[in-house]
Amino acid sequence: MSRVLLDTLMTAPYVARFGVRLEMKGTELTGVLPFSNDLVGNPLIPALHGGAVGAFLEIVASGSLLVSQPMARLPRPIDVAIDYLRPARDQDVFARAIVARSGRRVANVRAEAWQGRTDAPVATLHGHFLITPESSGAAQG
Amino acid sequence: MDDDIQTRLDTIAPLIVDGSPHAVALGFRIDSLTPGRATMSAPFSQALIGDPEAGTLHGGVITALLDHCCGMAAFGGFGARDTPATLDLRIDYMRPARPGHDITAQARCLKSHGLVAFVRATAHDGDIEDPVAIAQAAFMITRASKAAQDRAVRAIREGDGT
Repeated sequence: MSRVLLDTLMTAPYVARFGVRLEMKGTELTGVLPFSNDLVGNPLIPALHGGAVGAFLEIVASGSLLVSQPMARLPRPIDVAIDYLRPARDQDVFARAIVARSGRRVANVRAEAWQGRTDAPVATLHGHFLITPESSGAAQG
Repeated sequence: MDDDIQTRLDTIAPLIVDGSPHAVALGFRIDSLTPGRATMSAPFSQALIGDPEAGTLHGGVITALLDHCCGMAAFGGFGARDTPATLDLRIDYMRPARPGHDITAQARCLKSHGLVAFVRATAHDGDIEDPVAIAQAAFMITRASKAAQDRAVRAIREGDGT
């Protein structure tokens, strides 16, 4: 767990602006993106902006990496692939991430976002992050 | 034919950005829009910083800008009739954006046929030869997006009538 870096991640102006929260229950981390009109991408459907949902999944993925082990720096995304499975409606969005593999430099993370039902995800993310585990020192990013 | 598309683009494009609360919240603007090509930018803002130490914009701003810009290119690629939904979006983050710099995204619809369009985009902070991120996305015309488009067209007609 990297408590200080988690705080840095969650108090960043962008993250605070959209009210993203991370809730820890036992060892499981759940991200919450509370609905606000500022997240709507297409008001005619109405659906949340794909970019907002993608960014939320990225934040939850970073958060899960910081919870999984002590880090010297914030994880930095190398690449992400987001699949949009259903329109995200004008409701809160939740997400959980799984660290599929965490090496000394690179971590592979999968995350899933849902609204009403966990078995009906609205989007999934799969990404690689550059990480700096505390034990390996902070010499190189 | 392209002129018709351009006319529709010019009419509908402002609605797709100004009518999108998230795009407004992030300050997006359309720089240029032609059939199958779109350029949009996101102005630097202290309120949208992701890494307070480095002072750089949050990746989410770039994700949303690329998604929106690719969507605009796909919209033109489809003939500017239906607003498409994103099927998938893959982003490679080449380097952090420089603090204090606006981000510009350029997208091109490589192919659209029937219901699906393929788009590529580059995001940069001043020099397109030194990109911040590149993206590849697929879009689709869905029932929800078709219904939304019908409502948009009706809204425009009603707006003209007043």
